[in-house]
Amino acid sequence: MRELFNLTVVLTIICSLAATALALVYNITKDPIAYQQRLKKLKAIKAVQPNYDNEPDQDFVDISLEKNAEGDAGLTRFYLTKKGTDPTGVVFVVTAIGYGGPIDLMLGLTPDGTITGIQILKHTETPGLGAKITEEKFLQQFTTKNAQNTTWTLKKDGGDIDQISGATISPQGVVKAISEGLILFSDHHDEILTAG
Amino acid sequence: MGFYNELIKGVWRENPVFRIVLGICPTLAVSTQVSNGVGMGLAATFVLLGSNVIISLIRKGIPDKIRIPAFIVVISTFVTIVDLFMAAYTPALHERLGIFIPLIVVNCIILGRAEAFASKSTVWMSIADALGMGAGFTVALTIISSIREVLGNGTFFGIQVMPEAFSPAVIMILPPGAFLTIGALLGFFNYLSKRRST
Repeated sequence: MRELFNLTVVLTIICSLAATALALVYNITKDPIAYQQRLKKLKAIKAVQPNYDNEPDQDFVDISLEKNAEGDAGLTRFYLTKKGTDPTGVVFVVTAIGYGGPIDLMLGLTPDGTITGIQILKHTETPGLGAKITEEKFLQQFTTKNAQNTTWTLKKDGGDIDQISGATISPQGVVKAISEGLILFSDHHDEILTAG
Repeated sequence: MGFYNELIKGVWRENPVFRIVLGICPTLAVSTQVSNGVGMGLAATFVLLGSNVIISLIRKGIPDKIRIPAFIVVISTFVTIVDLFMAAYTPALHERLGIFIPLIVVNCIILGRAEAFASKSTVWMSIADALGMGAGFTVALTIISSIREVLGNGTFFGIQVMPEAFSPAVIMILPPGAFLTIGALLGFFNYLSKRRST
């Protein structure tokens, strides 16, 4: 009984000290971490749609969907970019199905649905093969394309998009996700642009 | 055994990766780039130093029966501290190392040193042991990731070192490359130490 008491007391003391230390560190790092996350988001937005002077990470519309790219019901958050009060575009994240798992990509559009830029946020594709979807060479071709002026499949499938040698599934997934993103935006066009 | 002796043993004679073959999981996983390897080595060294010092300080107060849970609480506290600080001040590295930072908790090197060394030694010696083992781990990761990055990507610390004509052997930055590299290096170090002892 005495021993049990002893063990409990010692472990409790150790754990409370550990908890105190962690609370202190959490407090110190809380603001820098939030700042870094915001910076990262703004950087991604800027990379795909640089034409704004508002704070798009605080100016957004959530559209709930029956189905998103992964087939689940969910929300897509559209960040609105503005110059003064004029909307200059929207930025949102779509998820593609790649070879190694989901690929998150950020899509920047003008209000009429033309692509201003694309960034891959997160992917687990094979280095040297599918991972080439993150290269500028592949991504820059999408700029100025929209749902009307482009056939949204790879060239070898009869479309307009340059493929990547050695990789099929990753670029196919990306292209499909982008074209679905374009449709999603045009379906909710007014809802998104007037809501902001 | 003096301070210097404890310090140097981790780098060569008891190198955690090449001689004791501990902590191989993070070694295999993060050694795709030199910057990742060095970052992981330094993070593990910090955790090792913190946990060795604390465990050595409280070693007389911990009843034998609960020493493992006590060690793990100390270690995971330091890992969380490292994780938070890296997220706050080195976000790019934090993102690349990802899940392997929290997984330092289960790195056998750290619990191994707590159990085998810090719980029986003075604070001063534990510091030497932690720094030596941490340095050994960092050196090992640096060697492995240098080989993998140069051969697999043609770069070193992100700087192009191989001529344009060199076509990188992608397999070296894929998981099989990690096994090939570590296997070859283990064989090499075994050969060296065998030649020394005979």
